[in-house]
This record gives sequence, C-alpha cells and structure tokens, in this order.
Amino acid sequence: MPEDRTPFDDLEARLRAARAKQGEGAKAEPAGTGPLGGMGLGLRLGVEMMAGIAVGGGIGFGLDRVCGTRPWLMAMFLILGLGAGVANAWRAAHGVDETVGLQAARERAGLLEDDGEGKDER
Amino acid sequence: MSNPIEQFQVHPIVPLELGGVNISFTNSALMMVATVAVTTVFLTLSVRKRALVPGRWQSLAELIYEFIAGMLRENVGQEGRPYFPFIFSLFMFVLIGNLLGLLPGSFTFTSHIIVTFVMASVVFVGVTVIGFARHGLHFLRMFFPNGAPLATAVILVPIEVISYLSRPLSLGVRLFANMTAGHIILTILGGFVAMLGVFGIFPLAFLTGVMVLEFGIAMLQAYVFTVLSCIYLHDAIHMH
Repeated sequence: MPEDRTPFDDLEARLRAARAKQGEGAKAEPAGTGPLGGMGLGLRLGVEMMAGIAVGGGIGFGLDRVCGTRPWLMAMFLILGLGAGVANAWRAAHGVDETVGLQAARERAGLLEDDGEGKDER
Repeated sequence: MSNPIEQFQVHPIVPLELGGVNISFTNSALMMVATVAVTTVFLTLSVRKRALVPGRWQSLAELIYEFIAGMLRENVGQEGRPYFPFIFSLFMFVLIGNLLGLLPGSFTFTSHIIVTFVMASVVFVGVTVIGFARHGLHFLRMFFPNGAPLATAVILVPIEVISYLSRPLSLGVRLFANMTAGHIILTILGGFVAMLGVFGIFPLAFLTGVMVLEFGIAMLQAYVFTVLSCIYLHDAIHMH
C-alpha cells in the first residue's frame, strides 16, 4: 500500500527538519521594523539619550548629597551621563544594540555582518 | 470631550492600610490579577487535552511556547534554558496585560512607568546577580572596552557604568511611553468621533486603523521587552 506510506514519509522528513532546527539553534529571523518603523527608532534614540542623562544626573545628585559638594559632582555626572546617552543612542542607531563595553558591541556587529542578517532595530 | 489622561487614573477598589502604608487593592492591581488569571486559565485549559494533533487553542499555546523557546535559544543559547520559565512568564504578563488594556473601559497597568520600571529593574538586578555569580569580579571588566588606552579609563569607565545603569530606565520607559501614547491617541480620536456627529465616520475609519496598529504595538512591545531581557541575559552569561 504505497499511498499509506506517503504521509508518514512526510512526517519523518518534518521531524528530521524540526530536530535539526532544535539542535543547531535556528537562524535568527529578521526582527522587522515593526508598525512604527522610523518613528519607533527615533523614539528609542530619544529614550536612550534621556535615560543616560537622567541616570547620570541622579548619580551626581546622590553623590552631592552624600559628599556635600552641592553643584559640582552633579554637573560632572550630567556630562558623563550625556556621554553615556550618546553612546547608547549611537549603538542603538548602528544596530550594535545594548551591549555594555564597546569591544563587545563591535564584536557583535562583526558577527552580525558575517551572518548577513542584521538584528538591528528592535 | 473626555479627558484623555483620565483613563490612567489609579483608584482604590478595596482601601487597605498596613502600618501607615497604603496597600489598597486598586484597579491596576485588579488588572494584574486578571492578567495572571487569564494567562493561567488560557494555558491550563488549552493544553489540558494534550492531543498529539493539537486543536486551535493548543496550537496557540504551543505557538507561543515555541516562539519564546526559540527567542531564548537564539539570543542566549543553551545556557539560557534554566531561565525559560521566567522569560515566558514575563512575556505572557506583558502581552496579556497590554491586550487586556485595549478592551474598552479596562485599565492598562503597563501604561504606568512605576510598573514597567519595577519589571525592568527586576530583570536588571537578576541579570547583574547572574553575571557576578558566573564570572565573579571578572564581570567588572565589562565596563572597560578592550584595547582602549589605559589613560582613558578615567572617563570611559564612568560612562560605561552609567550606560549600564540606564538600561532598566530605558527598558521601562520604552514600554510605558508606547502604551501611554497609544491610549491617549485612541481616546482623542474617540473624542473626535463623538464631536463630529455624522462626519464622525471619517475619524472612526481612522480610529479603526489605529486600533489595529495598537494591537500590533501591544504585541511588539511585549516582544521587545522580552527580547531585550534575553539580550541582557546573554551579556551576563557570555561575557566577552
């Protein structure tokens, strides 16, 4: 009965495909730009900048209260926070995402280029 | 026209106080309980039959399971497996919370920054603890870029530390901003429909489109939140 075997052959092939996928770790599908597209990316860059500045300012404010050096540490950490914010926004824009440590980010970017498929823009 | 901000108001349903701290059961808390209840009922009932050939509901549950399992495998690798229950719960909580919030008259708890920020902080603290547990003090090397001149450490290390610390904030703000903006747009458009009478059909058509977009955003933001948690987990486990 050759007809009876056909669906099971198919099942066997699909099982093999599924197992292969399970083992090697399926290749990443492109994340896609999502419904917001460029607007989403713009919003994200803004958030990254803001978060860096806010955290920098917050740390500076806290240290000032502890050390009693009212305006100085906050001013310094605001600038550092701006740097961190710009760095994060730059990473987000270039699709080297959230990795802390520029080296790690660069490696990841290199890795992504090899893959050919960008994981950018989430 | 109704106030577009009014929908975000938290009001107590069962006023409670414990030692001077207000721990009232609010509409926000009610939606969280509802989210957990819906998730539990959906996942339990859909896989109850354990059919070899899944039905519709079981297919849906399996689809979500495989989606998250695949996400974890791609972004973290085999070492990420122990964290699957947490990542899956996180995804379901945000996803169902966002979707339930789109029902008319309900409340979106993800539109409150304190909620998203606490969730992001839990992820952040957990990931940092995992990083230190796996790598010890070696984890701190993450804050200095490899190959940079040593003299630049004075500036680079604080910047990297701030950049690391700003993660929970940017993660939380992103979800909060998307949900809040979406709901405000929906309410304002709804107000136009009511104001314009017969011509309200035009904003209504637009509103329908925006509603579809909002469903997309509700799912996309749950995905973004989860995938970023996976990436942070990856960084903590496979430190470069």
